[in-house]
Amino acid sequence: MGDQLGIIVLIKQVPDIEKVRFDFETGRLDRSSAEAVINPFDLNALEAAVQIKEAVGATVTAISMGPKAAESALRDAIARGADRGILLTDTRFAGADTLATSYALSSAIRRLSSFDLVICGEKTIDGDTAQVGPEVAEFLGIPHVAYVEEILEADKKRIIVKSRMGRNYYVLALRLPGLITVTKDVNAPRLPTLRDKIRSRRAEITVWDADSLSEVADTRLFGVSGSPTTVARVYAPHAEKRKGMIFRGNPEEAAEKIVGVLKDLRVVG
Amino acid sequence: MREMREEGDVLVFAEQEDGEIHMVSYELIGKGRELADRLGVQLSAVLLGCGIEDGAYELIYRGADSVYLYDHPSLREFDVIRYSRNILSLVRETKPKIFLIGATRIGRTLAPRIAAALRTGLTADCVDLDLDDGNLIQIRPAFSGNIMAQIRTRTRPQMATVRYRVMRMPRRDTSREGRIIRRQVEVIGETGIEVLEKIRADEVNLADAEVIVSGGRGLRRPEDFKLLEELAEVLGGVVGSSRPLVDDGWISKDHQVGFSGNTVKPRVYIACGISGAPQHLFGMRDSDVIIAINKDPSAPIFNVSDYGVVGDLYEVVPILIRKLREELKGRE
Ligand SMILES: Cc1cc2nc3c(=O)[nH]c(=O)nc-3n(C[C@H](O)[C@H](O)[C@H](O)COP(=O)(O)OP(=O)(O)OC[C@H]3O[C@@H](n4cnc5c(N)ncnc54)[C@H](O)[C@@H]3O)c2cc1C
Ligand SMILES: Nc1ncnc2c1ncn2[C@@H]1O[C@H](COP(=O)(O)O)[C@@H](O)[C@H]1O
Repeated sequence: MGDQLGIIVLIKQVPDIEKVRFDFETGRLDRSSAEAVINPFDLNALEAAVQIKEAVGATVTAISMGPKAAESALRDAIARGADRGILLTDTRFAGADTLATSYALSSAIRRLSSFDLVICGEKTIDGDTAQVGPEVAEFLGIPHVAYVEEILEADKKRIIVKSRMGRNYYVLALRLPGLITVTKDVNAPRLPTLRDKIRSRRAEITVWDADSLSEVADTRLFGVSGSPTTVARVYAPHAEKRKGMIFRGNPEEAAEKIVGVLKDLRVVG
Repeated sequence: MREMREEGDVLVFAEQEDGEIHMVSYELIGKGRELADRLGVQLSAVLLGCGIEDGAYELIYRGADSVYLYDHPSLREFDVIRYSRNILSLVRETKPKIFLIGATRIGRTLAPRIAAALRTGLTADCVDLDLDDGNLIQIRPAFSGNIMAQIRTRTRPQMATVRYRVMRMPRRDTSREGRIIRRQVEVIGETGIEVLEKIRADEVNLADAEVIVSGGRGLRRPEDFKLLEELAEVLGGVVGSSRPLVDDGWISKDHQVGFSGNTVKPRVYIACGISGAPQHLFGMRDSDVIIAINKDPSAPIFNVSDYGVVGDLYEVVPILIRKLREELKGRE
């Protein structure tokens, strides 16, 4: 790799939440109702990696853990500029919570001989924890910056980023190897060209099962057996009973009523 | 995986920025107090920073039995490595049963590192906590607020991040007494993260507002937020927004109410031209009083409203502003 940066992007395949259907009675979602896409925030992570590659030179490796079908997400990542894709797939990875997911992903990164920068999305739209990135960083023993909104500079030694925390923005220098998680403000992901899409169809995706990580990890800590949290129950959010007083017709009268309410609440002025 | 059973305390991470304790930490002290009492254990807080001793007393006034204080210049700015190393040694030594952290950006940056280092479970973004046979039940939204899930953790500590503005604020009682335990700070030189610049963000504080007037796609032009600003002004409130208008750049992201924006709990929430999608409701459902103005009588927002006006916001809002102004004049 020489002077080039080794960048790893973690991408997850998720159901397209805008299209997914819910059964509000049972609180279950019908996964078959939505097509699978790359988690939107991970597209920003990928774009960030590709922009660094264009600016200073880098090899971009996309890694995903998921079912065999997630291969299509990695192919999509290659069409969007990743150099190669690695899929962690095995029933022993399945049912993982964030700890077991992070452990498996960090083990895969360990298996790769070297890397400089790991980029994650801020969060996934299905898991929605924003935990996997920082947990991967801890497992790898490298520093991280979350909620990166701008990447100002990158070289082999460090990356300079702007992140929002609390009431302040911080411009931070992160020593590499390090990890960042990016928000959707960091860039506007490009669409792949038709040529790139066709090219990506022929690309080879590396597939690793749990045993391929046995030299760098304790395979019992993958999947369900490595997950300390369990979902005990799901249900529809409760709706609090409200007064439900509706005024129709004459706007002047309706407004009068609302003013009365606001006066009673003592919020006027 | 370790499964520990001993009775530990409840621990709360007290977040401070520029010396000021974040309100979510007090809310966690309130909830932590309730959990500790039900479990018959102590409630502790851990506070890191520089020159923050006053804050430690505030935590006691709000309900903590003891505060572990890490006061050192190296902890003046949040650094995830320095913070997590010091907290880790405390957790390893005191073995809390439950460890709560605010689901702020700082909390969500810090908590996962601690959880991973301890090889324990962490539940993100909880909106409620309960106990079942001494074990923590963590309630959080799933699938962008469409459903709720109950999560259990079989390792210890049971760690959770909790959303701001979902727990009740405990009363401040300056006669409460507690212990302040000064801890030896592990001073870490280089962490790999260096602050080059710090810029104060100039943004609205929706979460703490008493009155919020929000606009949705019922608005026709970005300029029309002015109308809502006027209404907010007479009510001493601020302007909020549904997500589409933020996505379209009509108003900045700090104004967004909802699942991927702010959770708010004002005394009055006025929704103008907002349909009431689950993701929007998620962020404002707990407001004391909800008022909706919408043209469409079948809009779901009316199902969660205390008062609703079926009408055109461009007609109703100006009348409201005029009447409220008359009201104010009459008082002078
Ligand atoms: C993962 C995810 C996260 C999301 N997070 C959020 C979030 O944080 N916050 C959020 O708000 N949304 C969020 N959404 C989007 C949400 O699903 C809805 O699309 C959005 O809330 C709709 O906004 P709206 O009510 O302004 O628009 P619409 O649904 O289009 O409703 C506009 C309403 O205005 C009324 N109207 C039109 N003209 C007038 C008029 N002149 N006078 C009065 N009424 C009028 C119409 O009757 C209609 O009810 C999220 C979605 C997803 C998938
Ligand atoms: N199964 C997965 N495979 C690859 N990357 C993942 C996976 N789950 C989470 N990530 C990464 O971690 C980020 C945060 O995910 P989450 O903690 O689920 O909100 C995502 O944006 C991805 O970059």
